Amino acid sequence: MSRLASGGRIDRTRPIQFSFNGTPYRGYEGDNLASALLANDVRVVANSVTYGRPRGVFSAGVEEPNALVQVGNDTMLRATQVGLVDGLEAIGLNGRGRLSLEPDGHRYDKVYAHCEVLVIGGGRAGITAALEAGQTGDRVILVDEQAEFGGRLLGAGWNDWLETSLGALRSPPDVRLLTRATAFGHYDQNLVLIAQRLPNGGRLWQARAKRVVLATGAHERPLIFANNDRPGIMLAGAARAYVNRYGVAPGKRAVIFTNNDSTDALAGDLKRAGISVEAIVDVRAGEAVLDTFPSPAGGGGQGGGLGGVTIAPLTGGGSRREVECDLLCVSGGFNPTLHLFSQAQGRLRYDQALACFVPDAAPPNVEVVGAAAGDLGGRGQGTIMPYWVVPSDGQDWSTHFVDLERDVTVADVRRALSTGMRSVEHVKRFTTIGTGSDQGKTAGINETAIIATQLGQPVGAVGVTTFRPPYVPVSFGLMAGRNRGDLFEPIRLTAMHPWHVAHGAVFENVGQWKRPWYFPRHDEDIETAVLRECRAAREGVAVMDASTLGKIDIQGPDAVEFLNRMYTNAFDTLKIGSCRYGLMCKVDGMVFDDGVVMHLGPDHWLATTTTGGAAAVLEWMEEWLQTEWTDLRVRLTSVTDHWADVAVVGPRSRDVVRGLFPKLPLDPESFPFMAIRESETAGIPVRLHRITFSGELAYELWTQSWYGLALWEAVMAAGEPFAITPYGTEAMHVLRAEKGYIICGQETDGTVTPQDLGMSWILSKKKAFIGRRSHRRRDTARPDRKQLVGLLPVERDQLLPEGAQLVVEPDGTIPTKMIGHVTSSYRSATLDRTFALAMLQSGRERLGAMVYAPLNGHVVSATVTEPIFYDKENVRRDS
Amino acid sequence: MLIPCPWCGDREDIEFKYGGSADVAYPRDADAVDDATWARFVFFRPNPKGQMTERWVHTAGCRRWFTLVRDTVTHQITTA
Ligand SMILES: [Zn+2]
Repeated sequence: MSRLASGGRIDRTRPIQFSFNGTPYRGYEGDNLASALLANDVRVVANSVTYGRPRGVFSAGVEEPNALVQVGNDTMLRATQVGLVDGLEAIGLNGRGRLSLEPDGHRYDKVYAHCEVLVIGGGRAGITAALEAGQTGDRVILVDEQAEFGGRLLGAGWNDWLETSLGALRSPPDVRLLTRATAFGHYDQNLVLIAQRLPNGGRLWQARAKRVVLATGAHERPLIFANNDRPGIMLAGAARAYVNRYGVAPGKRAVIFTNNDSTDALAGDLKRAGISVEAIVDVRAGEAVLDTFPSPAGGGGQGGGLGGVTIAPLTGGGSRREVECDLLCVSGGFNPTLHLFSQAQGRLRYDQALACFVPDAAPPNVEVVGAAAGDLGGRGQGTIMPYWVVPSDGQDWSTHFVDLERDVTVADVRRALSTGMRSVEHVKRFTTIGTGSDQGKTAGINETAIIATQLGQPVGAVGVTTFRPPYVPVSFGLMAGRNRGDLFEPIRLTAMHPWHVAHGAVFENVGQWKRPWYFPRHDEDIETAVLRECRAAREGVAVMDASTLGKIDIQGPDAVEFLNRMYTNAFDTLKIGSCRYGLMCKVDGMVFDDGVVMHLGPDHWLATTTTGGAAAVLEWMEEWLQTEWTDLRVRLTSVTDHWADVAVVGPRSRDVVRGLFPKLPLDPESFPFMAIRESETAGIPVRLHRITFSGELAYELWTQSWYGLALWEAVMAAGEPFAITPYGTEAMHVLRAEKGYIICGQETDGTVTPQDLGMSWILSKKKAFIGRRSHRRRDTARPDRKQLVGLLPVERDQLLPEGAQLVVEPDGTIPTKMIGHVTSSYRSATLDRTFALAMLQSGRERLGAMVYAPLNGHVVSATVTEPIFYDKENVRRDS
Repeated sequence: MLIPCPWCGDREDIEFKYGGSADVAYPRDADAVDDATWARFVFFRPNPKGQMTERWVHTAGCRRWFTLVRDTVTHQITTA
């Protein structure tokens, strides 16, 4: 045991049992996993990622590159960041964590916070800043990544000051104190994301602050020398923290290797803890640690741990000496922690005297204080002799580790430079320095210095790589918060949803909507069910819930003019009580959306959109009204959810509707195709439309959505004598495709014109509309554009996959020119065969020709046809 | 990024949709312009480093379109 008999901020009356790699150990309240492992003489914690070299605890904080562990489903944690709790089971990693296939059982929440002042970092500077801000009555949030406030002070004998200051911070009403809370992202206008660790999960704080005070301190950096990665080698400040804060002796015999004054206090602290100081090697005195050697293997199972160091004069030559030790405390100076500052677009400059990058121009409303601002007095850096790498004999750089987590050495950096790379960003990507889960917190500036030295440039001219969020690894679970599983996204249900569920519908997601996909009977598969549903619609009567159609209410004296400009076809002749199919293009002439436009009354219209396009169409219309056509007096309202829509479809649909509305004349003369009627059934007000998306005689019955379920049930009851059959979106797709009706977003993809679809008939020649000018562009009028065609596979049973590419050579020659693709493909009950729609180059010139779809291992041949397979004369539709 | 909606005040950017440059005027008479002019209007947009006049719509709020000036480097916004 290396636990000191007294001292530290641990509670020796509260022991904690934990295990590491299956071996049980004991620690104390106040320990983290790293301090507890050191107290139990566990020196090798993990093996490095590339070379499998043994690695031990290197730091005492977030910058830890070596001591990576897995705890339960948390695949890659720093032992220095894992608070010790009873029963903790940790294992050391062999370079990589293993992703768990179990769902993340933690509970995560999000908090949105607003404050005048957000202080990040609860060391001396941060606490002072928070105290000051708290006096004014402002809302203040102080966050610190550690389990308690104090930062460096916790291991430096400042306990009284801490107690007084933290007590004072608890009195103002609007000061909020968060520990175990790491600010990991600093975005525009002071949005700061904070990950707070809680016993069984965490909280993601999204704080918006008027002013951010960065009191993020400084990270000590190591000096680099041969075999600088052995367990027992650690940052000098970390050794001090383990002794003073955790009451742990991280070794018995120590050597200190430094280039600055910060290690002055360390020697005394080590001696008081009973650790002998065998040598103090100071580059300022002309000496350096040249190399290290391992302890004899087998000694307590600590093979590979530090056994001693070789010390040599900096000038080379001279006398060398070997000193045995099991702890090497290294300090190469300090790097102000400016990750967040840089994320927020703050600029850095290199300070020659301090030998580090310091804040230069701060972003608005961001202030940097304390060590982060370059005030390294608290760290005791004092005089520093900038020094980075101790060269070894024979130019061997292969064990001079720059990035310990990534196992990158000086040799790798030199190789990058020898290939001609000069930018620190390129060297980073070539070597992977700084791309580990520690993001190179102890490596980055050393990398810059090595490049600068090699290229003979000033360190400041080489600069640092871009700092990007997150500052520490953040789990996806935390990002998602409660928005997972059923709460991933809002779910939209129609008024008839309970009926669909009760009748065994299989649902599909259409945007946020749950829509019945098909209604299987007994053990039917989708294919059988859809064929049956289609047959019912073609031969008898079927019914579909069409409530999800987008609906936009359009009112105002200029509504007609507005519609004329939005849609390719004209609406001035459409009478009240009638509707018309309309098509919309974008400015580039490409088809955007379609739907039915209904003329409801004077200056009152309603437009339906595709289910998925509702929001986009409303936004599109609003954009034109608000930014271009500000003189038009038109108001738009989304009424999608206001209406329930029951589509009664098929040759027997008139019989069903007659049962519901016995007094309403339904003959084709009184209620023709595309007419609208108002009526009611069983007290339910209903607006009836003769619209069809199947090509059959059909009625769409609309009612206020709260009547939706009642209307649906009334339709089912009235349809029972006619064996009315509910159908879902799959059958709807088949029926419309048989009829050659497009679906925007399926046949079209933003590169398809109405002409390409064979819909020139819908382009008014008498008025301007959005996209019209583009139809005259040379490219848009090209004859070899992809055009909508039908396809009939030669084998009647062969189903073309949607998305299949089409070619003209049947033999699968490679390379071959792709001349089109399948957009829709189904089995048809009506045709008793498969069929497809496709977009095909010069498609209309290829009618009757063969095209081929080379698939994985076989080729499907198909004949090109007109894109309509059923009732070309619209006899059924108009009946 | 905080975006100042003229009707609702400062709101998080996720409430908005971007409408691109506000400096591209719809040709008065689209039919009168030649292909090249029309193509410039349809396909070409300024992409300055610095101040840019932009359209935004407060989709998750008041649904109003408005114009602002944003510095594409600093994201500092000044109302147009
Ligand atoms: Zn608004």
